[in-house]
Amino acid sequence: MTLSADEAARFAALVDEHQEALVTAWTERVASTLRGRLSHAELQRQNGELRRGFQQALAGSAQDLAAEPAAELRAQLAELSSTRARQGFSATETAVSIFAFKDAVLNAFDGVNVRDYVAFSSFVDEAALFTFDSYVRVREELIADQAEQLLELSTPVVKLWEGVVAVPLVGTLDSARAQVVMERLLQTLVDTGSPYAIIDITGVPAVDTQVAQHILKTVVAARLMGADCIISGIRPQIAQTIVALGIEFGDIATKSSLADALRYVLAKAGQNKQSKQSKRREP
Amino acid sequence: MSEQGQRIEVVTDQDVVRVRQLVRTLAVAVKLSLVDQTKIVTAASELARNTLVYGGGGWVEATSVDNGRRKGIRIVFADQGPGIADLDLAFTDGYTTGGGLGLGLSGARRLVDEFDIVTAVGEGTTITVTKWCR
Repeated sequence: MTLSADEAARFAALVDEHQEALVTAWTERVASTLRGRLSHAELQRQNGELRRGFQQALAGSAQDLAAEPAAELRAQLAELSSTRARQGFSATETAVSIFAFKDAVLNAFDGVNVRDYVAFSSFVDEAALFTFDSYVRVREELIADQAEQLLELSTPVVKLWEGVVAVPLVGTLDSARAQVVMERLLQTLVDTGSPYAIIDITGVPAVDTQVAQHILKTVVAARLMGADCIISGIRPQIAQTIVALGIEFGDIATKSSLADALRYVLAKAGQNKQSKQSKRREP
Repeated sequence: MSEQGQRIEVVTDQDVVRVRQLVRTLAVAVKLSLVDQTKIVTAASELARNTLVYGGGGWVEATSVDNGRRKGIRIVFADQGPGIADLDLAFTDGYTTGGGLGLGLSGARRLVDEFDIVTAVGEGTTITVTKWCR
């Protein structure tokens, strides 16, 4: 049931006329649901602004919340849900703040026409649902932000030795993380000029074909840049699973522990140095 | 003899992770060895991803089973996707239509004790796998 222009105008007048009583009654109701987690003065101010928003929307004979005169009100509601979401209030607590406006209106005016009130009520319901939607959207943004932060956190590239960098992988290696790992590793190889990279998969719970493919691609990319890549942290159960799956690591060096991999790399680096020195002496 | 299974709808990448976690929990509960736990979790991961990528999404149901002598875990993967036209080709190592390694389906079969596949073109695919305790 949408609000007719007459009804909207009548309510706009009422909301304007009884503004103080209305805001006080409304604030009291909201304060009781939020149980003192927001100060009374703060609520009073918020509700005062929202009342003005409702009044403007109604005075502009907005028939529903999507209408042009309600733009200001929509912005206020979005703002309200975003602050409440960030302050840790639940979705219900946020929406109830708007629903409480109906009770306040009903109590403030005696003898409101039932039909008028129902139309007005559905307008407020729409507003409350709108806060609910905005609340969910803000929460989803928060979660997406956190997921991104986690992605950054969980993929460090550490310098293990002079000329040796290591990537300790922990957790699930999905496409997004594999991409981050590859970018980080390749950039670190350039920045440090390291000829060796160790990818440690001790913290990866299961190596399936997708994970293996991501690792293989990373190794190939590192090789293209002239770095030697070693995969370490292959536990017995992972080794048996990889064999059963039929994944072949080809000529990529693999070691069971990070220590073994480092020892292998250092020995190899030592050999290279020796052979260079002996070459220099020979001619 | 089997208990009520737990079903997970597979619609996003995140659901594959949930399948893996569920299978791992069940595998620990029926006391599979560490190697077998890893094998069944990996197989579940492969098949759940197939359900998602090639089947266009579906559901996975994991149940602990008991045949009187041994305990085990049974997992059903079902989708309403395009189905598999040539099963022999699909089970060939290295054959892929999606840019993967082409080892998921054939590898998963090698990771489990029992493997059953029902598929028809245009009617989707249902795969049932079982891993028994040694």
